[in-house]
Amino acid sequence: MVRHAFPSLTFGRYTSSMSTIWQSLELLIVKGLPTTILLTLGLLGTGVLLGFPIAFAQVYGYRPLRWLCRGYEQLFRGIPALVLILILHSGLARSFNILLPAFTSALIALGLRSSAYQSQIFRGAIQSVSQGQMMAARALGMSKIRAIRYIILPQAFRLSIPPWTNEYSSVLKDTSLASAIGVLELTKQGTLIFTRIQFVMGVKYILVILILVAFVYLVLTYIGNAALGFLENQLRIPGFEMKGKVER
Amino acid sequence: MNESQSTVTNDVILKVEDLHKSYGDNHVLRGVSLQMQRGETKVIIGPSGTGKSTLLRCINQLSVPDQGRVWLGDKEITSHHENINSIRAEIGFVFQSFNLFTHLNALANVRIGPMKVKGMKKKAATTLAMEELERVGLSDKADAYPAELSGGQQQRVSIARALAMFPQLMLFDEPTSALDPELIGEVLEVMVSLANDGMTMLVVSHEMGFARSVSDEIIFMESGGILEQGPAEDFFTSPKEQRTREFLSKITELYGD
Amino acid sequence: MGFFQFAWNILPELLEATKMTLWITAGSIALGFVAGIFLALGRVYGPRPIRWLTGGYIQFFRGTPLLVQLLVVYYGLPPYLSTLGIRISPLVAAIIGLGLNSAAYQAEYFRGAVQSIKSGQMMAARAVGLNRVKSIAYVILPQALRLVIPSWSNELIYSIKYSSLAYFVSLTELTFVGKKIALHTARTFETYIIVAVIYLVIVLIVSRLLLTLENRVRIPGLGAPVEHR
Repeated sequence: MVRHAFPSLTFGRYTSSMSTIWQSLELLIVKGLPTTILLTLGLLGTGVLLGFPIAFAQVYGYRPLRWLCRGYEQLFRGIPALVLILILHSGLARSFNILLPAFTSALIALGLRSSAYQSQIFRGAIQSVSQGQMMAARALGMSKIRAIRYIILPQAFRLSIPPWTNEYSSVLKDTSLASAIGVLELTKQGTLIFTRIQFVMGVKYILVILILVAFVYLVLTYIGNAALGFLENQLRIPGFEMKGKVER
Repeated sequence: MNESQSTVTNDVILKVEDLHKSYGDNHVLRGVSLQMQRGETKVIIGPSGTGKSTLLRCINQLSVPDQGRVWLGDKEITSHHENINSIRAEIGFVFQSFNLFTHLNALANVRIGPMKVKGMKKKAATTLAMEELERVGLSDKADAYPAELSGGQQQRVSIARALAMFPQLMLFDEPTSALDPELIGEVLEVMVSLANDGMTMLVVSHEMGFARSVSDEIIFMESGGILEQGPAEDFFTSPKEQRTREFLSKITELYGD
Repeated sequence: MGFFQFAWNILPELLEATKMTLWITAGSIALGFVAGIFLALGRVYGPRPIRWLTGGYIQFFRGTPLLVQLLVVYYGLPPYLSTLGIRISPLVAAIIGLGLNSAAYQAEYFRGAVQSIKSGQMMAARAVGLNRVKSIAYVILPQALRLVIPSWSNELIYSIKYSSLAYFVSLTELTFVGKKIALHTARTFETYIIVAVIYLVIVLIVSRLLLTLENRVRIPGLGAPVEHR
């Protein structure tokens, strides 16, 4: 079975350890990486789609609505991501016979979590656009909606990029938790590889595999941050300093 | 002051009747009434915290008065039948802190009103915006963003932004109070030329020189009410009320006029 | 059996597991705190190689998933440690793994706090005659510690939630025991919901307590922006 699952790892005593490592890296990248990337993007997207309306409702909505949103936010910030994943996968499957594919369970669970955090980001950004901007827009005769659309949101968008870069990093790392329910993302692949490899190469190679996995994550983090940094620069308003520190 | 004023037809642009406004326990406006004819320039002066800014904001409803009525021409702003947004499009407001839209350059700031409120097409709005920027002397800064402009320049752009809407009335809320002294002049210059062009202007300011030279009437407010008002020349030379005299002497001490 | 009856039945076992959760949390945040301060001070006041090393440490621990770090400590390192004759229990592994991670974040919060203290404070301390170490100890640190409270509170909440990762090393903390019960009783969904509620309650209580602490220790005029993970 090992032969079939890991054809490149069936080696005799003659294969050098270097090539094993190379093959492991290859396996990680070919099998694990796409899943991780897909999951990350899916989570970010879900987070925006759910998080933005919630942020909007929290800033401009009526009090009961605001109260609800705050509750949503508290809920998903108080429960560990792992527990959420288990609820949506094992919980639904065993108690209600709703068998979601592991990827979907992870997507929903972590997506809900990300939306709670992202709603905070957007809410903060909208609220930090100064009151004077709204006043000036209304003074010109813009309706509240138009003012929000043309004056507040463009500025809030720019202000939310630095904390959102942070969220990208969080989400990327969260995807590793999907390994708990068997999603074949980077960490799970790595675990599978080192579990096999310890019999072939010796237990000391576990660390090597794990370092490889860590390395891939670092590269992904770097690329994502660079891309978002580029976006931030493209949208930069000359002379306008963003409030708050940029968290790496 | 201006000969032409006395021959102007009875064309009341603004009428304010018995405005009251409280913030919590603080009764800021206590029954203020005034009127403005087309082309008049009036300057409101007085100690801080006496409701001068509140008065202006109550006129275009950025603050909603608790009591009293306001008319723009023959439309009653304070009645619920009127669309406040279309009323505001007729009133230009210049803020003490400029409030230029920070994500837009000067040109975009000036043309967004005509485009998004009045529905003007981009090309026409751009031409109009350039004209107004020209009028305030900043056509060469059309591409600059607010953060790249000096305070005086920002305020002039904000005046252009208000002018681009062709307002019937312009309200100025301490337009030069946030400016460094050397930048005040360029803004006052623009305001003087506006007044001379016949714009109806209600200005809250500490700039006595401006008040004296350009306004038709000075209004002195204190403790939420109008204490004294009258034509500029008379006002400065022979104020009637004791408090007015005290205030004026303090001001001339500070500003030297 | 109704939901509440069920909940009542499994509660004792879950609360026992909660104790483990709290131990893990306490251990990791304490380790994180001590290591974090040293890392931060090294990063701000140290010579270049130290700054470089601590910077690398922080980049690594913040740029890779906590789970991977935990696996390194629990599966990756022991083969090497055993040649040195060191054996670590799952609990110690969890605390070290989580603690080293927390240290990286706390180091950053701490660094932010230290750097936001005006340079005039250090200058004044030196002017009075305190040497570098004493200035840091008696003038900078006391202020920085207050400034860092909001971020630290945040980190504590995260530690509580991330203790759930000890699940992966089979430690009998809340999530792991929850799973055990869930599979045992086949009332999976309800069990996990109860587990979730327990976490929520802990987080809410701790948040409240921290808020009171913050207000007690507040010095008028001294405040810093809250930083987040």
